[in-house]
Amino acid sequence: MNGIHDMGGMDGFGPVDPVEAGPVFHEKWEGAVMANSRVMGAIGAWNIDQGRYGIEMLPPHLYLTSYYRRWLERFERALVAYGYADADEIAAGHSLRPGKTPPRGKFTLANIDRIGHRGSFTRPETAPARFAVGDRVIARNMHPRTHTRLPRYVRGHVGVVERLHGCHVFPDTTAMGRGENPQWLYTVRFDGRDLWGVDADPTLKVSVEAFEPYLDPA
Amino acid sequence: MTAHDDHDHHHGHDHGEASELSETELRVRALQTILVEKGYADPAALDAIVETYETKIGPHIGARIVARAWTDPVFRQALLTDASKAAAPFGHQGKIGDHLVAVENTPDRHNVVVCTLCSCYPWDVLGLPPVWYKSFAYRSRVVKEPRAVLGEFGLTLPDQAEVRVWDSTAEVRYLVLPVRPSGTEGWTEEQLAGLVTRDSMIGVGVPRAPAGDRA
Repeated sequence: MNGIHDMGGMDGFGPVDPVEAGPVFHEKWEGAVMANSRVMGAIGAWNIDQGRYGIEMLPPHLYLTSYYRRWLERFERALVAYGYADADEIAAGHSLRPGKTPPRGKFTLANIDRIGHRGSFTRPETAPARFAVGDRVIARNMHPRTHTRLPRYVRGHVGVVERLHGCHVFPDTTAMGRGENPQWLYTVRFDGRDLWGVDADPTLKVSVEAFEPYLDPA
Repeated sequence: MTAHDDHDHHHGHDHGEASELSETELRVRALQTILVEKGYADPAALDAIVETYETKIGPHIGARIVARAWTDPVFRQALLTDASKAAAPFGHQGKIGDHLVAVENTPDRHNVVVCTLCSCYPWDVLGLPPVWYKSFAYRSRVVKEPRAVLGEFGLTLPDQAEVRVWDSTAEVRYLVLPVRPSGTEGWTEEQLAGLVTRDSMIGVGVPRAPAGDRA
Protein backbone atom coordinates (compact mmCIF):
# COMPACT_ATOMS: atom_id res chain seq x y z
CA MET A 1 0.00 0.00 0.00
CA ASN A 2 1.12 3.54 -0.72
CA GLY A 3 1.17 4.43 2.95
CA ILE A 4 2.90 6.92 5.18
CA HIS A 5 5.45 4.22 6.08
CA ASP A 6 7.00 4.32 2.59
CA MET A 7 9.26 7.26 3.36
CA GLY A 8 12.23 6.98 1.02
CA GLY A 9 12.75 10.30 -0.74
CA MET A 10 10.17 12.32 1.18
CA ASP A 11 11.01 15.87 2.19
CA GLY A 12 9.96 17.83 5.22
CA PHE A 13 11.11 15.81 8.21
CA GLY A 14 13.99 18.12 8.99
CA PRO A 15 17.55 17.25 10.01
CA VAL A 16 18.58 14.02 11.72
CA ASP A 17 19.32 14.37 15.42
CA PRO A 18 22.25 12.00 15.84
CA VAL A 19 22.50 12.40 19.60
CA GLU A 20 21.68 9.17 21.33
CA ALA A 21 21.62 9.47 25.07
CA GLY A 22 20.16 7.27 27.71
CA PRO A 23 19.20 3.64 28.13
CA VAL A 24 18.01 1.08 25.57
CA PHE A 25 14.42 1.82 26.54
CA HIS A 26 13.65 5.44 27.37
CA GLU A 27 10.51 4.41 29.21
CA LYS A 28 9.72 1.13 30.92
CA TRP A 29 6.56 0.66 28.86
CA GLU A 30 8.62 0.64 25.67
CA GLY A 31 10.48 -2.45 26.80
CA ALA A 32 7.20 -4.08 27.80
CA VAL A 33 5.65 -3.40 24.40
CA MET A 34 8.71 -4.83 22.68
CA ALA A 35 8.75 -7.98 24.82
CA ASN A 36 5.02 -8.63 24.57
CA SER A 37 5.12 -8.11 20.81
CA ARG A 38 8.06 -10.47 20.37
CA VAL A 39 6.23 -13.11 22.39
CA MET A 40 3.20 -12.98 20.12
CA GLY A 41 5.51 -13.55 17.17
CA ALA A 42 7.28 -16.38 18.95
CA ILE A 43 4.07 -18.24 19.79
CA GLY A 44 2.91 -17.93 16.19
CA ALA A 45 0.02 -15.52 16.75
CA TRP A 46 1.00 -13.48 13.71
CA ASN A 47 4.02 -13.47 11.42
CA ILE A 48 6.54 -10.69 10.88
CA ASP A 49 4.90 -9.50 7.66
CA GLN A 50 1.46 -9.39 9.25
CA GLY A 51 3.07 -7.39 12.03
CA ARG A 52 4.59 -4.88 9.62
CA TYR A 53 1.35 -4.62 7.67
CA GLY A 54 -0.45 -3.92 10.94
CA ILE A 55 1.75 -0.90 11.49
CA GLU A 56 1.37 0.31 7.91
CA MET A 57 -2.41 0.22 8.24
CA LEU A 58 -2.42 2.60 11.20
CA PRO A 59 -3.89 6.01 10.40
CA PRO A 60 -1.04 8.37 9.50
CA HIS A 61 -1.53 10.55 12.59
CA LEU A 62 -0.86 7.47 14.74
CA TYR A 63 1.99 6.26 12.55
CA LEU A 64 3.70 9.62 13.03
CA THR A 65 3.80 9.39 16.84
CA SER A 66 6.77 7.30 17.93
CA TYR A 67 8.29 3.90 17.22
CA TYR A 68 7.03 2.04 20.26
CA ARG A 69 3.73 3.90 20.21
CA ARG A 70 3.22 2.39 16.76
CA TRP A 71 3.98 -1.03 18.20
CA LEU A 72 1.39 -0.48 20.92
CA GLU A 73 -1.32 0.63 18.50
CA ARG A 74 -0.57 -2.34 16.24
CA PHE A 75 -0.54 -4.72 19.20
CA GLU A 76 -4.04 -3.82 20.37
CA ARG A 77 -5.46 -4.13 16.88
CA ALA A 78 -3.65 -7.39 16.09
CA LEU A 79 -4.81 -9.08 19.30
CA VAL A 80 -8.39 -8.55 18.18
CA ALA A 81 -7.81 -9.15 14.46
CA TYR A 82 -6.14 -12.53 15.02
CA GLY A 83 -8.55 -13.63 17.76
CA TYR A 84 -6.21 -13.51 20.77
CA ALA A 85 -8.32 -11.05 22.76
CA ASP A 86 -11.52 -9.08 22.35
CA ALA A 87 -11.98 -5.34 22.39
CA ASP A 88 -13.97 -5.45 25.63
CA GLU A 89 -11.06 -7.24 27.32
CA ILE A 90 -8.60 -4.60 26.16
CA ALA A 91 -10.94 -1.91 27.47
CA ALA A 92 -11.36 -3.75 30.77
CA GLY A 93 -7.64 -4.33 31.16
CA HIS A 94 -7.93 -8.03 31.86
CA SER A 95 -9.10 -11.30 30.40
CA LEU A 96 -12.85 -11.98 30.39
CA ARG A 97 -12.81 -15.39 28.71
CA PRO A 98 -10.42 -18.22 27.90
CA GLY A 99 -7.70 -17.54 25.34
CA LYS A 100 -6.94 -19.14 22.03
CA THR A 101 -4.35 -21.91 21.82
CA PRO A 102 -1.31 -20.42 20.05
CA PRO A 103 0.25 -22.48 17.24
CA ARG A 104 3.53 -22.83 19.14
CA GLY A 105 2.15 -22.88 22.67
CA LYS A 106 2.73 -20.69 25.69
CA PHE A 107 5.96 -18.69 25.85
CA THR A 108 7.98 -19.54 28.96
CA LEU A 109 11.53 -19.01 30.15
CA ALA A 110 12.44 -22.28 28.45
CA ASN A 111 11.69 -20.62 25.10
CA ILE A 112 13.85 -17.57 25.68
CA ASP A 113 16.38 -18.78 23.10
CA ARG A 114 13.81 -18.11 20.40
CA ILE A 115 14.14 -14.40 21.12
CA GLY A 116 17.37 -12.73 20.22
CA HIS A 117 17.99 -14.56 16.98
CA ARG A 118 16.42 -13.90 13.65
CA GLY A 119 14.45 -16.67 12.07
CA SER A 120 15.23 -18.10 8.66
CA PHE A 121 13.20 -16.91 5.71
CA THR A 122 15.01 -18.94 3.06
CA ARG A 123 13.00 -21.68 1.40
CA PRO A 124 13.84 -24.40 -1.16
CA GLU A 125 13.99 -23.14 -4.72
CA THR A 126 10.73 -23.64 -6.53
CA ALA A 127 11.94 -22.64 -10.00
CA PRO A 128 15.15 -21.43 -11.66
CA ALA A 129 16.00 -17.79 -11.06
CA ARG A 130 14.71 -15.54 -13.82
CA PHE A 131 17.58 -13.06 -13.50
CA ALA A 132 21.36 -13.32 -13.14
CA VAL A 133 24.00 -11.02 -11.67
CA GLY A 134 24.54 -8.10 -14.06
CA ASP A 135 21.09 -8.24 -15.65
CA ARG A 136 19.31 -4.93 -16.14
CA VAL A 137 15.86 -5.02 -14.60
CA ILE A 138 13.02 -2.58 -14.16
CA ALA A 139 11.18 -2.30 -10.88
CA ARG A 140 7.53 -2.68 -11.74
CA ASN A 141 5.24 0.30 -11.64
CA MET A 142 2.86 -1.43 -9.25
CA HIS A 143 0.62 0.01 -6.57
CA PRO A 144 -0.99 -2.81 -4.60
CA ARG A 145 -3.39 -1.67 -1.91
CA THR A 146 -2.04 -4.39 0.37
CA HIS A 147 1.41 -5.08 1.83
CA THR A 148 4.46 -4.94 -0.40
CA ARG A 149 8.18 -4.38 0.16
CA LEU A 150 8.91 -2.57 -3.09
CA PRO A 151 9.37 1.08 -2.09
CA ARG A 152 7.75 3.72 -4.27
CA TYR A 153 11.00 5.52 -4.98
CA VAL A 154 12.38 2.69 -7.14
CA ARG A 155 9.18 1.80 -9.02
CA GLY A 156 9.50 2.31 -12.74
CA HIS A 157 13.29 2.68 -12.54
CA VAL A 158 15.99 0.51 -14.10
CA GLY A 159 18.61 -1.12 -11.94
CA VAL A 160 21.20 -3.87 -12.08
CA VAL A 161 21.03 -7.23 -10.33
CA GLU A 162 23.97 -7.40 -7.96
CA ARG A 163 23.34 -10.46 -5.84
CA LEU A 164 21.00 -13.45 -5.58
CA HIS A 165 19.82 -14.50 -2.12
CA GLY A 166 17.93 -17.69 -2.99
CA CYS A 167 14.20 -18.09 -2.50
CA HIS A 168 12.63 -16.31 0.46
CA VAL A 169 9.19 -16.12 2.03
CA PHE A 170 7.17 -13.59 0.00
CA PRO A 171 5.86 -10.80 2.28
CA ASP A 172 3.13 -9.76 -0.15
CA THR A 173 1.31 -13.06 0.42
CA THR A 174 2.30 -13.96 3.99
CA ALA A 175 1.09 -10.58 5.21
CA MET A 176 -2.36 -11.51 3.91
CA GLY A 177 -2.31 -14.97 5.46
CA ARG A 178 -2.11 -16.53 2.02
CA GLY A 179 0.98 -18.66 2.54
CA GLU A 180 4.73 -18.30 2.15
CA ASN A 181 4.76 -18.47 -1.66
CA PRO A 182 8.62 -18.38 -1.78
CA GLN A 183 10.18 -16.17 -4.46
CA TRP A 184 13.69 -15.42 -5.62
CA LEU A 185 15.21 -12.46 -3.85
CA TYR A 186 17.75 -10.13 -5.47
CA THR A 187 19.83 -7.14 -4.49
CA VAL A 188 19.11 -4.58 -7.20
CA ARG A 189 21.34 -1.50 -7.44
CA PHE A 190 20.16 1.83 -8.83
CA ASP A 191 22.12 4.91 -9.87
CA GLY A 192 21.25 7.93 -7.75
CA ARG A 193 20.63 10.11 -10.80
CA ASP A 194 18.15 7.59 -12.23
CA LEU A 195 16.16 7.80 -9.01
CA TRP A 196 16.45 11.47 -8.14
CA GLY A 197 17.24 13.29 -11.38
CA VAL A 198 20.25 14.80 -13.08
CA ASP A 199 21.08 17.08 -10.17
CA ALA A 200 21.44 14.18 -7.74
CA ASP A 201 24.73 13.16 -6.16
CA PRO A 202 26.68 11.46 -8.99
CA THR A 203 28.49 9.21 -6.50
CA LEU A 204 25.27 7.75 -5.08
CA LYS A 205 24.20 4.14 -5.59
CA VAL A 206 21.16 2.79 -3.78
CA SER A 207 20.14 -0.84 -3.55
CA VAL A 208 16.99 -2.57 -2.40
CA GLU A 209 16.16 -6.23 -1.92
CA ALA A 210 13.60 -7.05 -4.57
CA PHE A 211 11.53 -10.19 -4.91
CA GLU A 212 11.25 -11.62 -8.42
CA PRO A 213 7.57 -10.60 -8.89
CA TYR A 214 8.68 -6.97 -8.42
CA LEU A 215 10.95 -7.10 -11.48
CA ASP A 216 10.80 -7.25 -15.27
CA PRO A 217 13.69 -7.42 -17.76
CA ALA A 218 14.77 -3.93 -18.78
CA MET B 1 -10.23 3.62 20.79
CA THR B 2 -7.29 5.90 21.19
CA ALA B 3 -7.03 9.28 22.78
CA HIS B 4 -4.70 11.44 20.79
CA ASP B 5 -3.57 13.78 23.47
CA ASP B 6 -0.41 12.34 24.96
CA HIS B 7 1.78 11.73 21.94
CA ASP B 8 4.39 14.21 22.86
CA HIS B 9 4.52 13.44 26.52
CA HIS B 10 6.33 10.12 26.56
CA HIS B 11 9.74 11.65 26.09
CA GLY B 12 9.32 13.77 29.19
CA HIS B 13 11.70 12.95 31.97
CA ASP B 14 9.78 14.25 34.90
CA HIS B 15 9.71 11.28 37.22
CA GLY B 16 8.36 13.24 40.15
CA GLU B 17 4.85 11.84 39.70
CA ALA B 18 5.96 8.24 39.39
CA SER B 19 2.91 6.86 41.15
CA GLU B 20 0.60 8.17 38.49
CA LEU B 21 0.66 5.98 35.41
CA SER B 22 0.14 7.60 32.04
CA GLU B 23 -2.58 6.46 29.70
CA THR B 24 0.07 4.74 27.62
CA GLU B 25 1.47 2.88 30.60
CA LEU B 26 -2.01 1.75 31.57
CA ARG B 27 -2.66 0.43 28.09
CA VAL B 28 0.59 -1.51 28.08
CA ARG B 29 -0.10 -2.91 31.51
CA ALA B 30 -3.55 -4.04 30.33
CA LEU B 31 -2.08 -5.88 27.37
CA GLN B 32 0.51 -7.68 29.45
CA THR B 33 -2.16 -8.65 32.00
CA ILE B 34 -4.30 -10.12 29.23
CA LEU B 35 -1.38 -12.07 27.76
CA VAL B 36 -0.49 -13.56 31.11
CA GLU B 37 -4.09 -14.30 32.15
CA LYS B 38 -4.81 -16.00 28.85
CA GLY B 39 -1.74 -18.15 29.23
CA TYR B 40 0.17 -16.84 26.21
CA ALA B 41 3.23 -15.76 28.15
CA ASP B 42 4.97 -16.36 31.47
CA PRO B 43 5.73 -12.94 33.06
CA ALA B 44 9.25 -14.03 33.96
CA ALA B 45 9.91 -14.71 30.28
CA LEU B 46 8.73 -11.20 29.37
CA ASP B 47 11.15 -9.71 31.88
CA ALA B 48 13.92 -11.91 30.52
CA ILE B 49 13.35 -10.62 26.98
CA VAL B 50 13.76 -7.03 28.14
CA GLU B 51 16.88 -7.95 30.08
CA THR B 52 18.37 -9.73 27.08
CA TYR B 53 18.19 -6.57 24.98
CA GLU B 54 19.26 -4.29 27.80
CA THR B 55 22.31 -6.25 28.83
CA LYS B 56 23.27 -9.08 26.47
CA ILE B 57 22.71 -8.12 22.84
CA GLY B 58 24.25 -4.87 21.66
CA PRO B 59 26.91 -3.25 19.51
CA HIS B 60 29.70 -4.86 21.53
CA ILE B 61 28.96 -8.01 19.49
CA GLY B 62 29.44 -6.22 16.19
CA ALA B 63 32.57 -4.47 17.47
CA ARG B 64 34.22 -7.81 18.23
CA ILE B 65 33.33 -9.12 14.77
CA VAL B 66 34.87 -6.05 13.12
CA ALA B 67 38.02 -6.26 15.23
CA ARG B 68 38.46 -9.91 14.29
CA ALA B 69 38.03 -9.06 10.61
CA TRP B 70 40.73 -6.38 10.92
CA THR B 71 43.23 -8.80 12.42
CA ASP B 72 42.44 -12.09 10.66
CA PRO B 73 42.33 -12.05 6.83
CA VAL B 74 40.83 -15.54 6.68
CA PHE B 75 38.02 -14.50 9.00
CA ARG B 76 37.49 -11.28 7.02
CA GLN B 77 37.01 -13.26 3.83
CA ALA B 78 34.67 -15.70 5.52
CA LEU B 79 32.68 -12.78 6.92
CA LEU B 80 32.31 -11.18 3.50
CA THR B 81 31.27 -14.55 2.05
CA ASP B 82 28.71 -15.60 4.68
CA ALA B 83 28.45 -13.26 7.63
CA SER B 84 25.79 -15.21 9.54
CA LYS B 85 27.99 -18.28 9.54
CA ALA B 86 31.34 -16.60 10.14
CA ALA B 87 30.11 -14.32 12.91
CA ALA B 88 28.11 -16.99 14.77
CA PRO B 89 30.72 -17.59 17.51
CA PHE B 90 30.42 -13.93 18.50
CA GLY B 91 26.64 -13.97 18.74
CA HIS B 92 24.44 -14.27 21.80
CA GLN B 93 24.52 -17.95 22.75
CA GLY B 94 26.92 -18.61 19.88
CA LYS B 95 24.48 -17.85 17.12
CA ILE B 96 23.71 -15.16 14.56
CA GLY B 97 20.39 -15.20 12.70
CA ASP B 98 20.14 -15.80 9.00
CA HIS B 99 20.87 -13.50 6.09
CA LEU B 100 23.47 -11.21 7.66
CA VAL B 101 25.64 -9.60 4.98
CA ALA B 102 28.85 -7.71 5.75
CA VAL B 103 29.71 -4.83 3.41
CA GLU B 104 33.24 -3.46 3.47
CA ASN B 105 34.18 0.20 3.37
CA THR B 106 37.23 1.16 1.34
CA PRO B 107 38.83 4.54 0.64
CA ASP B 108 36.77 4.59 -2.59
CA ARG B 109 33.46 3.33 -1.32
CA HIS B 110 31.42 4.09 1.78
CA ASN B 111 28.43 1.95 2.79
CA VAL B 112 25.38 3.19 4.69
CA VAL B 113 22.45 1.10 5.94
CA VAL B 114 18.81 2.14 6.24
CA CYS B 115 15.31 0.72 6.21
CA THR B 116 13.03 3.22 4.51
CA LEU B 117 9.87 1.10 4.95
CA CYS B 118 10.12 0.38 8.68
CA SER B 119 13.24 0.08 10.82
CA CYS B 120 14.89 -3.23 9.90
CA TYR B 121 18.23 -3.41 11.67
CA PRO B 122 20.76 -6.15 12.45
CA TRP B 123 19.53 -6.76 16.01
CA ASP B 124 21.69 -9.87 16.38
CA VAL B 125 24.92 -7.92 16.10
CA LEU B 126 24.00 -4.36 17.10
CA GLY B 127 21.09 -4.75 19.51
CA LEU B 128 18.05 -2.52 19.20
CA PRO B 129 18.28 0.45 16.83
CA PRO B 130 18.99 3.95 18.11
CA VAL B 131 16.21 6.52 17.96
CA TRP B 132 17.71 8.37 15.00
CA TYR B 133 17.80 5.17 12.90
CA LYS B 134 14.02 4.90 13.33
CA SER B 135 13.46 8.61 12.71
CA PHE B 136 11.49 9.86 9.72
CA ALA B 137 14.29 12.27 8.83
CA TYR B 138 16.87 9.48 8.49
CA ARG B 139 14.57 7.04 6.71
CA SER B 140 13.33 9.61 4.20
CA ARG B 141 16.57 11.38 3.38
CA VAL B 142 19.53 9.01 3.48
CA VAL B 143 18.58 7.31 0.21
CA LYS B 144 18.38 10.68 -1.54
CA GLU B 145 20.97 12.98 0.01
CA PRO B 146 23.27 10.75 2.05
CA ARG B 147 26.15 13.24 2.17
CA ALA B 148 23.94 15.86 3.76
CA VAL B 149 22.72 13.32 6.32
CA LEU B 150 26.24 12.09 7.06
CA GLY B 151 27.24 15.72 7.53
CA GLU B 152 24.69 15.97 10.32
CA PHE B 153 26.62 13.14 12.01
CA GLY B 154 29.85 15.08 11.49
CA LEU B 155 31.10 12.78 8.75
CA THR B 156 32.49 14.21 5.52
CA LEU B 157 33.51 11.82 2.74
CA PRO B 158 35.96 12.45 -0.09
CA ASP B 159 34.14 14.01 -3.07
CA GLN B 160 34.97 11.11 -5.38
CA ALA B 161 34.07 8.26 -3.03
CA GLU B 162 31.05 6.21 -4.02
CA VAL B 163 28.27 6.36 -1.46
CA ARG B 164 26.42 3.09 -1.40
CA VAL B 165 23.14 3.02 0.49
CA TRP B 166 21.62 -0.35 1.35
CA ASP B 167 17.86 -0.16 1.88
CA SER B 168 16.92 -3.23 3.95
CA THR B 169 13.61 -4.00 2.26
CA ALA B 170 13.57 -7.78 2.92
CA GLU B 171 15.01 -10.12 5.56
CA VAL B 172 18.64 -9.50 4.62
CA ARG B 173 20.49 -7.50 7.28
CA TYR B 174 23.65 -5.45 6.79
CA LEU B 175 26.72 -4.87 8.91
CA VAL B 176 29.21 -2.28 7.69
CA LEU B 177 32.85 -3.29 8.03
CA PRO B 178 34.60 0.05 8.52
CA VAL B 179 38.16 0.90 7.52
CA ARG B 180 40.68 0.11 10.25
CA PRO B 181 42.08 3.31 11.72
CA SER B 182 45.70 4.02 10.95
CA GLY B 183 48.12 4.02 13.84
CA THR B 184 46.74 0.77 15.23
CA GLU B 185 49.44 -1.59 14.00
CA GLY B 186 50.08 -4.31 16.52
CA TRP B 187 46.91 -3.63 18.50
CA THR B 188 45.08 -6.56 19.99
CA GLU B 189 41.56 -7.47 18.96
CA GLU B 190 40.28 -6.23 22.29
CA GLN B 191 41.98 -2.86 21.88
CA LEU B 192 40.64 -2.53 18.35
CA ALA B 193 37.10 -3.45 19.39
CA GLY B 194 37.20 -0.45 21.71
CA LEU B 195 37.53 1.83 18.68
CA VAL B 196 34.53 0.40 16.82
CA THR B 197 31.42 2.51 17.35
CA ARG B 198 27.88 1.44 16.66
CA ASP B 199 27.51 4.30 14.18
CA SER B 200 30.55 3.10 12.23
CA MET B 201 28.86 -0.28 11.73
CA ILE B 202 25.74 1.41 10.30
CA GLY B 203 27.84 3.67 8.11
CA VAL B 204 27.05 7.07 9.61
CA GLY B 205 30.39 7.31 11.39
CA VAL B 206 33.92 6.00 11.36
CA PRO B 207 35.80 4.24 14.17
CA ARG B 208 37.44 6.30 16.87
CA ALA B 209 40.99 7.41 16.20
CA PRO B 210 43.62 5.87 18.45
CA ALA B 211 44.59 8.10 21.33
CA GLY B 212 48.19 7.90 20.16
CA ASP B 213 49.85 6.50 23.25
CA ARG B 214 47.71 3.43 23.66
CA ALA B 215 49.41 1.12 21.20
